[in-house]
This record gives sequence, C-alpha cells and structure tokens, in this order.
Amino acid sequence: MPKTLFEKIWESHEVDADLIYIDLHLVHEVTSPQAFDGLRLAGRGVRRPDRTLATADHNVPTDGTPTAAMIADHLSREQVEALERNCEEFGIPLYSLGSDRRGIVHVIGPELGVTQPGMTIVCGDSHTSTHGAFGALAFGIGTSEVEHVLATQTLVQRRPQTLRIDYSGTLSSGVTAKDLILATIGRLGTSGMQGYAVEFAGEAIRGLSMENRMTICNMTIEGGGKAGMISPDEITVEFVRGRPGAPEDFDAAATEWLGMATDEAASFDREEVIEAPDIAPMVTWGTTPGMVAEVTSAVPDPALFDSPADQEAAARALAYMDLKAGTPLTEVSLDRVFIGSCTNSRISDLREAAAVVEGRKIAPTLKGMVVPGSQQVKVEAEEEGLDEIFRSAGFEWRESGCSACLGMNPDILQPGERCASTSNRNFEGRQGRLGRTHLVSPSMAAAAAVEGTFVDIRDWS
Amino acid sequence: MEAIDRIEGEVAVLDRADVDTDQIMPKQFLKRVERTGYGEFLFYDWFKDGEIELEAHPILVAGRNFGSGSSREHAVWGLYDYGFRAIIAPSFSDIFYSNCTKNGLLPIILDEEKCKLVASSGRAVIELDDETVTCEEGVFTFEIDEEIKHRLSNGLDDVAHTLQRVERIDSFEATGAANRGPDTLAL
Ligand code: SF4
Repeated sequence: MPKTLFEKIWESHEVDADLIYIDLHLVHEVTSPQAFDGLRLAGRGVRRPDRTLATADHNVPTDGTPTAAMIADHLSREQVEALERNCEEFGIPLYSLGSDRRGIVHVIGPELGVTQPGMTIVCGDSHTSTHGAFGALAFGIGTSEVEHVLATQTLVQRRPQTLRIDYSGTLSSGVTAKDLILATIGRLGTSGMQGYAVEFAGEAIRGLSMENRMTICNMTIEGGGKAGMISPDEITVEFVRGRPGAPEDFDAAATEWLGMATDEAASFDREEVIEAPDIAPMVTWGTTPGMVAEVTSAVPDPALFDSPADQEAAARALAYMDLKAGTPLTEVSLDRVFIGSCTNSRISDLREAAAVVEGRKIAPTLKGMVVPGSQQVKVEAEEEGLDEIFRSAGFEWRESGCSACLGMNPDILQPGERCASTSNRNFEGRQGRLGRTHLVSPSMAAAAAVEGTFVDIRDWS
Repeated sequence: MEAIDRIEGEVAVLDRADVDTDQIMPKQFLKRVERTGYGEFLFYDWFKDGEIELEAHPILVAGRNFGSGSSREHAVWGLYDYGFRAIIAPSFSDIFYSNCTKNGLLPIILDEEKCKLVASSGRAVIELDDETVTCEEGVFTFEIDEEIKHRLSNGLDDVAHTLQRVERIDSFEATGAANRGPDTLAL
C-alpha cells in the first residue's frame, strides 16, 4: 500500500500502542532542569544518554562571554550551570559556552549531521519542527515529556492526522521561504494546522535548499501544526553528506532515506493547494504570525474582519503595535533590525542579508544586529567576509545564540521600540516588554535596515 | 499529580483568542529551575499593566487557540499554582493541551457558543467520568481521550506507567529498529 513519509516513520517507531520510540532527544537549559530533578527524585536514570544531545542557547549572552561561570545575570548563569551539572551526572554530550559547536539547538542538529531522514526527534522546544525539513518526524514537547523521554526513550503519543500543502509553480524573484510560510499561516490561520503532521510538497518546495526548507518547517508550529515535514530527496542527502554525524555506510543510508519519501499514490487526511507564484514578500502587522500582509498593502482595518472575536483581536493588536489602519506598510518606520533566530540565522540567510547591505549603510536612526545561529555559522560567515559587510554597514556582529528572538538574555527591545525581525514570533513582549515586532525575511529585514522603513524587495535597488 | 474526579466552583473568564504562553508565563520567570511557585508570575505583564483581571477560581473559560506558541510547561505550572483546575476553550495548542494533562489541569474543548454560556453562568460543575460540564445554562458533554482520562482520574505518573511496559521497549531496541540516526553522538 502506498504510504506517506509520516506513516513510514510512525509505523517504524511504534513500540506499543500509542508509544513511539525516540531516536534523538535534543536538550537545552530552559526546559530541562525540572525534568532532571524529576529523575533524581524518583531514583531513575537516563535510558539512552547516547541518543541525547544538549546545548545552551536561550540564556547565553551574545557578547562573547566565554564560560557559564562568567554569565553576568545570576539566574541565567545558574540555569546554564545546572545544565552542565545534569549532563555531567547523566553522561549526556553537551556543547556549552566555550564550545565551538555551540549554537541554537535547531541549528546545530542539522549542522552536525545528527538530524537525518526517517528519524523521530524531540526537544523541549516548540520549534523542533525545524528538523522535519530532513524528512524526520520532529516536534516540541513539554518538560514532563522531556523527563519521560529521558527515562524511557519513548513518548506516549496519539497518531496525528496528515495534511499535505502542495505549492504549485515556483516563487517569484525576491520572494523567499519565509514569505511562503508567513503567507501560508496568514491563509490557514494560527490554528489552521492544529492536530496535523503537515507535509510541505510541490514544485516550489523541491526547488528550495535545505536551509530554506528548515525555515518553512520551523514555523509550522506558528500555524498550530504538530510537525512539519518534507520528503527527503537528493538535496537532503547532499546536505548530510560529509557532516560529523553522517553514517559510515553513507550510500546505504542514502538509499534508505530516499525510500522514506511519500509514495506517489499515498493519500492524506486533508490536502491544501497554494499557488507559489502568487506569494509576495510578507510583513506581519499584529501580534500573532497569522496577522500578516503583503508588503505592498496597508495595515488592515479591524472592522473588516469576519467575526467579532477577530475584529477585537485586530483592534487590540493595532493598539499594541501603535499602528493605524490604512497606513501603507512601506511607511512604517523602524528603530531596530534583528537578523537571527532558528528561523533565519543559517549561513544562507546571512548571505542573503549581506548581499542586500553590501556597500550600503543602515539608516542612522536605527540599530541593527546580526546574530549567527551557531558558532560554526559564525566562523563560516567570517571566512566569507560577511561580518565585515555587516559591520561596515553599521550592524553589530554577535556571538551565536537565541538572542533577541525571545529576550531571555541581554539582547532585548526597549518598551515601544519597533523591530523588523527574521525570527518567528511577534507576540506581545516577545522581544522585550512592550517591544513591537514585525516578522520578515532576511533580505526584507536587511533592506528595511538600509531604508529605515519597510520596502518591497522586488523593486528596490 | 492529583487525581481528578469532580471540579466545582466559580468561573473566571479570559475572553481573548490566541493567548500564547509568552503572555501566560513571561520569559523572565523561565530562568527558575524549580517546578513550583509560578502562580505569582501568571500573566505577569497583563496583570501589572491592568490589562486583565482574573479571579483565582477553579475553572477558567478562555478563547480559541489557548496556550499557543512556546512549549514552556511553566505556563501550566503557573495556571495550576494560581488555582485553576480546569480550562474550557474552543481549542488549545497541541503542546499546551498535552502539558496540562501531565499536571492534573483538565483541558476541556467546547464550542464558542457553549464557552460563552458557561462563562455567563458564573459557576459550573465538571464531572470527568461522565465528561460533562453542568452550569445554569445547560449540561454540555465534552470529549477526552480514554487513556488521558484514565491517567487524570487516577493521578497516574506517566513515566511509571510507561516503565510498566519496559519489556516492549527492551525488545524494540533488541530488534535493531532503534538504530536509526547517527552511529554516535560522541562526535
Ligand atoms: S531562536 Fe527563538 S524560537 Fe528558536 S529556539 Fe531560540 S528562542 Fe526558540
């Protein structure tokens, strides 16, 4: 019987009814301390430390603080030190401060080659969906589930339904993977993918690099999806080849991986079709990723939304964002630009942004910051001279980490500041109390930094 | 985790859609390494700014897509510690729903109309076994996964429950089916 990628992975990982085996468990400092405590209290161990990998990312300062002990904020320091102690006690490999392999957990998995097709991957972090770009079943879990996976290497799960979103045609020039996923969430809503393992498919997806595919799967959670995934192909195989975690017998593994792709005649519980050529550069105007519009349009009028609940939500969002209905998005001026986060901080994202700012200066009224997703991305970018391009344009060039994506570290917006951000969440206060976030692609963020307002990257030069 | 049988009492109402876990438990409180004591930080910014008021009643009625965003279980710890024992909403994010069920906080899905009726009643009685919410405006049934219901009504620890099936895990690993992915993580 023809099967979907999801079905193949699910069925090969069923240990028992509603119990699936986890191949890789990624751990970071914020959602794990209580799980390790739980193990200690119950006198339990970690079943497969050899299937568990940890890094510090959310709390780390991006100013080059060399060790956990030197983190200035004492609560952040304690949390990273707790992670170091826990990994030591339970024998879990860890990339903490000082390691040249450290980085945002969803950036380093693929970069090290430990994210591979056909696997089940979990992490106490909602953006674990990123890893699905490799044709893995990857999703975020809570701390109780982190403890469960540590203790049993399995997870109690009901099988989700399957949804395929098929993108026909190709993206227009200047339109990126970020715009594709923002437009999709705008269309289906923030809970439009709820309960589904979502497969992104079609010509527009097949033509994308792995980095771009990761951007799309990363934001599946913003559409409410359980997991986002893309069938493995030659692009997937070539990305993993030669990385430290790549299997010894690579060719045999690659053949198996390609066999995981969704079979031609397989059927999904639900299907959606989106015309890729219709997608334009997108900018969010509100306080959920679903509140998004084409850059050429204006801030919408709350009165024009369908239900009273949506009207109210839009009105509240505009008040928080200090925006007036009818204002063209290209007239919205910015105080900050942040290029980073697990959505858009990989080498290709930095190249994309650097190409836009090369030889230019960012607006003098604005502060710009570029934060590579991992130490390895940082090294690679510096070898290519991207750091110089950003610095001479007026950007700050930082060490890797989650940085201003969520403001658990010193990189935060001041109250009232307006920021164009390549991250994934524009929630109230996400980047700092009373900060205002507009989500965009790296090239749109870079161009906005130069102009001080949003511009349509397609006709900007 | 405390077993749930019947939850009875007054209803607090948060009539907003897409309330995300960043609002429920802001990031600055995620730096704590404890599992308790989060009640005082619940909706910290919204409470501080006088944006919303919520009585610490046993039942909370909320808007659609409640608990979206970050997987932080701290949000659930805060809601429970504050005093809520059940949350009724038209929909929840998947991770948040699951986190609730690991902590003895009962998530109940009722359509928008029924949520409004429970809210306007001001009081309700929830019977987990019968899967009903009873209020002045009527008796509404809800659906819940049998397995989750079993665990909630017995206050069962998930890990202990799975460890009862440990031979299944042993034999799964013994077949070699568990060998997907990198040969080693000691890179
Ligand atoms: S970069 Fe942002 S979204 Fe990604 S893991 Fe870090 S905090 Fe979460």
